[in-house]
Formats: sequence, C-alpha cells, structure tokens
Amino acid sequence: MLNFFRRNKAFQLLSLISPGLLWILLFFNLPLLIMLFISFVERGRAGGIKLPPVYTIQNYRQLFNACTSQFAGPECDPFLYLGIFGHSARIALVVTFWCIILGYPLAYFISKQRPIWRDALMVLVIIPFWTNFLVRTYALKSVLASEGLLNSFLMGLHVINQPLELLFNEFAVNVGLIYGYLPFAVLPMYASIEKFDHSLMEAAADLGAPPWRAFLRVMLPMTLPGVIAALVLVFVPVVGAFITPDIMGGGKIEMIGTLINRQFGESRNWPFGSSISLVLMLMVLIGVIAYFRSSSGETRRAM
Amino acid sequence: MAEFAVEMQDVLKQFITPEGGILSAVNHVTMQIKDGEFFSLLGPSGCGKTTSLRMIAGFEMPTQGKILIHGKEMSQVPAFQRPVNTVFQQYALFPHMTVEQNIEFGLQMKGVQRAERSKRVSEALEMVRLPGMEMRRPKQLSGGQQQRIALARALINKPEVLLLDEPLGALDLKLRKEMQLELKSLQREVGITFIYVTHDQEEALTMSDRIAVMSKGIALQIGKPEEIYERPANKFVADFIGETNFLDGVVKTQNGSMVEIELTGTGPIHVESSRTFTNGQQVVVAVRPEKLRLNSEIKDGNNLKGRVEDVIYIGTDTHYGVRFAGGQKLRVREQNVNQGYSQLSNPGDEVTISFTHTSPRTLTE
Repeated sequence: MLNFFRRNKAFQLLSLISPGLLWILLFFNLPLLIMLFISFVERGRAGGIKLPPVYTIQNYRQLFNACTSQFAGPECDPFLYLGIFGHSARIALVVTFWCIILGYPLAYFISKQRPIWRDALMVLVIIPFWTNFLVRTYALKSVLASEGLLNSFLMGLHVINQPLELLFNEFAVNVGLIYGYLPFAVLPMYASIEKFDHSLMEAAADLGAPPWRAFLRVMLPMTLPGVIAALVLVFVPVVGAFITPDIMGGGKIEMIGTLINRQFGESRNWPFGSSISLVLMLMVLIGVIAYFRSSSGETRRAM
Repeated sequence: MAEFAVEMQDVLKQFITPEGGILSAVNHVTMQIKDGEFFSLLGPSGCGKTTSLRMIAGFEMPTQGKILIHGKEMSQVPAFQRPVNTVFQQYALFPHMTVEQNIEFGLQMKGVQRAERSKRVSEALEMVRLPGMEMRRPKQLSGGQQQRIALARALINKPEVLLLDEPLGALDLKLRKEMQLELKSLQREVGITFIYVTHDQEEALTMSDRIAVMSKGIALQIGKPEEIYERPANKFVADFIGETNFLDGVVKTQNGSMVEIELTGTGPIHVESSRTFTNGQQVVVAVRPEKLRLNSEIKDGNNLKGRVEDVIYIGTDTHYGVRFAGGQKLRVREQNVNQGYSQLSNPGDEVTISFTHTSPRTLTE
C-alpha cells in the first residue's frame, strides 16, 4: 500500500497541493456554486430566494430581453440590460486607453531616473493604494464639485464665469476610474520598460530610424507584454466597477457594477444580480482566455 | 570629396559626475581619419575612446569642438541622419526580429523596396559567411554568429564610416583571432573607413592602419602600428603597447644624435635620439625585452653586467629576469631558435646584457 503511494506521482502531487486546493474550493468555488444556484431560482419577496426553491431560467432571459420581466411596462426596451453591458464596456475601453496613454510615458520617465529616484517615484505611485478607495473617490469628487477646488481656482483666475459641470456625468466617471486605476497600468508597464535595453534605441537610430519609428518598431513591440498586462489589469476591474460610477456619476451613470449592486440592494432581486454577475464573469473569462491563448509566455510573466 | 573621412577638431566632452564634479571624458582631442583607413582608438577603460566613437555616431554631443564627416560639420545632425553605422559591443540586435528583419532594418528606414531588400540581405549574409540564416532569431545564434549579423546589419547600409565598439570583446580568444583577420580582409574588400575601439593592444596592432593611443581623455600618440611600437611618444604609450623595460637615468652629454646617459646605479650607456636634451636632465630609457641580447656582446653597442634572477620558459621564447648591480631590473626575451631547447643561463649566473644604440627610446615623461 505504502509502495503504491510512493510510486504514484499523481497521488503525490495531489497530496502536496491538497491544502491549497481545499482553500480554493472552500473560498472561491463554493461561493460561486452558491451564486450559480441562486441565479437559477426565483427571488424571495424580501430579498434572498423563494423557499422552497423554484427553478427558472427567467433571470438569464430577462438579461437578454428586459421585456420578459414581470415589471416590464408597455414601452419597455428589450435591450435595457445589454445596453448597460455595452455602455460599461465602452467606459472600460476609454478608461483603459487613457490609463495606458498616461501610464506609459510615466513608467518610461520613472525607469529613466537614477535608482534612488526610481524607487521613490514608484513608492509615490503605490502610496494611493494605502488609502481607502472610497475616501480617494470622495476626495476627487470634492475637487471636481461645482464649489470644488478646480472650479474655484478657475473662477478665481477668471478663466470661467460659471462653474463647469464636472460631476455626475460620464466624464466624471471616466476621470474617477482613470485616477483609480492608473497605478494598475503603470506597474506592469514599468516592469516591462525597466527591463528594456535602451541601447536598442541607439541601434535603431544608428540604422536611420527617427525617434518615433524607433519607438514603434523596437521599443513598443518589446514592451508590449507590459502594455497588454496593463490592459487586462485595468479593463477587467473597471468593466465591473461600481463605487466610482455610483459616487462620480451621482446615480445617473449605470454600469454593470452599479446594476448588480442595485439587485442585491434596493431591488432585492438576488437571483437576477447573480445571473448578471455570472454572465459578466463569463465574458471577462472568455476575454482573458483568448488573450492568454494569443499571447506569448513573456506576456504572462509580465503580469 | 574631402580628404578625411572623419575629423575631430579640438573636441571636448564633459560629463557631470553623480558627485556633482565635472569629468572631461574627452579632453581637447584633435584627429584626422583618412578615407578608407582602418583606424583604432586604443586605450584602457575610461580613456575616452568609446565616448569619442559615440560622438562620431551622434549619441553624444561634444561640449566643445567640432566633428566633421567627409568635411561636413555634424553638430546639427542627429544620429539617425549621419552617414555612419555602428557595430555595438553587445551587438544590440533586435531580439524580437528575425535575422533578416534585423539586417534589412536600415534599408527599410531608407525606403528601399522589399525585393531589393531581400536580395541585399542575402548578399550581406553571404559576405559575413552566414548564408541562409534569414529566419533565425538572434537568440538562436552563437556569440560569433551574432557578431557577424551585427556586422552585416551595419554594412548593408554602405555607410561612409563604420564604427566598431570593441566588437570582439565578448568572443573567446581563438574566435577573436579569426575574426580579427576576417574583419581586416572585409575592410579591404568593402573599402569603407573603419573606426575601431579596443583596449587590446595586440588587436589594434594586428588590424590597424593607424592607431590613436588614448589615456584620460587625451590622444597621446597617433601613428602607424610600427611607429607606436618602435617610437612610443611617452612612458604611457611604451608601457601600454607591448612589454617594455624602463630604466631611470640622467643625461650626461649629447653629441649630435648620440646621447650618453648615466643609468642610476648601473653606469653609462650610449643611445641615439633625435631629440635634444640638456645635461643633467632626468630621463627614462625604454627598451623592449626582445631587443636585448643575453651573453652575446655587440661591438659598438651597450654591454652591461647583471645577475639572472629568474628564468621563464614559454615555448616560443624564454624570458630572463636580470638585475643590474645598481638595483634596476630588466626582462630579456630570447627566441628559442635552436632545435632542442638550450637554456642560456640559470638563476644566479652573472650575464652580459647587450643592445644597440638605436634600440632604446629615451623618454622624458
């Protein structure tokens, strides 16, 4: 018997990873399974689920056709929820785009400093993580408010006569998300750029490449793993964000995150919230798998 | 076309050190490199040779002074517009591109058509004797092969001047010797001016038409290999190029080109020199070990007594360490020309060391 355990590699491996496996099963897979279960049953009147459970696929049907809801009025928009998915994806794309556009030069600038400055600047990038995200979002809100720092400053300079409406719109949500997720873009891109051998840019210049062509042909392709890692690290959390759109959008900007939040809160529709969460997860998962399939090992390491 | 491929006119390059001081990496250097010449910048690390090369390439700008390439002033010309190409020390091949993409990069930047490009790439690979390597990646190549690809990548652009920054530094000795000869014959073949940076004096002597010996940002001597070796301008050059014995002495008298020097603690010798010395001037007599004879007196030459301290047999030669009565020590190199080895003397033996009047070089600094 003992000999069997010794010889069987698979069994040995299994026994080695079993503590970790148990952890994952208990704290990741079990909650997911509970959510999966809830998404296929009818809602309870005051939240939770109806007991004994009544199985249904209504929660998914409703997501793809809002008019199938029991509360749907005569002028209902069947694509209400899909529209929110699309809208969220659009915001996430815009935010990701700006995080990369702003983050790349920043990461480059930091990587070019002397080691002591480099470390100090990286700490500055990371410091916001130590502050509560909610607090930072409220702080940003007070900067953009009509009586806020920015407007008072511009009015004081007589650049504007009336406060600009910077809050409670998509612009504010974008600004809030870019501000919140910029470090997630800077870190992986910095890791890639720091490893980049700048003598290759000299080689490109030596061979007649003007700076922008040298960047496009040499530096960008070689630091692309970091850029793609940044893309994933920003896009995935932003598409499901809910605090920022809630606070900066003042309830006027609906994203998937705020929608889910509402189902578990005021709408007391846990099953519908669960189904949205699972569909979102599935979409992100497909995206990430597609990305891993297409990318090289180097990209994965950059994450 | 101007007579010189590259001219450095009183070029100064200063850097600010991390401590806030000013370092003159290149200190008022003036040199002219002729068209089609194999020119080496030779010196120890930190002597300013690489900085000089980088200024010619356009990666660094002179603090002061001018650099001209074929008569054209380069201070307003960025690196990517200069008619030069560089072979970098670590090759700097683009790791994400194939060999072909690496080599055609320069042509692509010039807008050369695809068909023409691939024709010239295979010619270039032919030239560096790596035909058919187009689709490989730099990582799949050995150091020597990467070296050749770097060379092909630079030469395919037909630069007016090719700059080489210690290109053989990373190769092992045998491959290095091979590549030295290959580079030299390649240079004759393509007829392009090569400027070659190295700290290896043997390499410089082997390959160069002319050499500039640099130290601490200053070009100490510029000349043909034999001039540098036989008539070093100062103690540093004599010491850096090959092996040299230095003997301290004082000038006693000078009669035309014949100078009588009292070697400290040893006695008088007579040497020829084109320079004029004052009586009593402190000098250093530099004489190469292979120009000394052991126990074979030269009539009408210098013959000095000493005692053998050590004998080292190195195959082609035997080296003898001989100390004069006055305390100064010399190394003597005798070639083992006889069939079967016969040692000329043993440690402790009294010997005579002889050299002609013309073989030493009398230096003042």
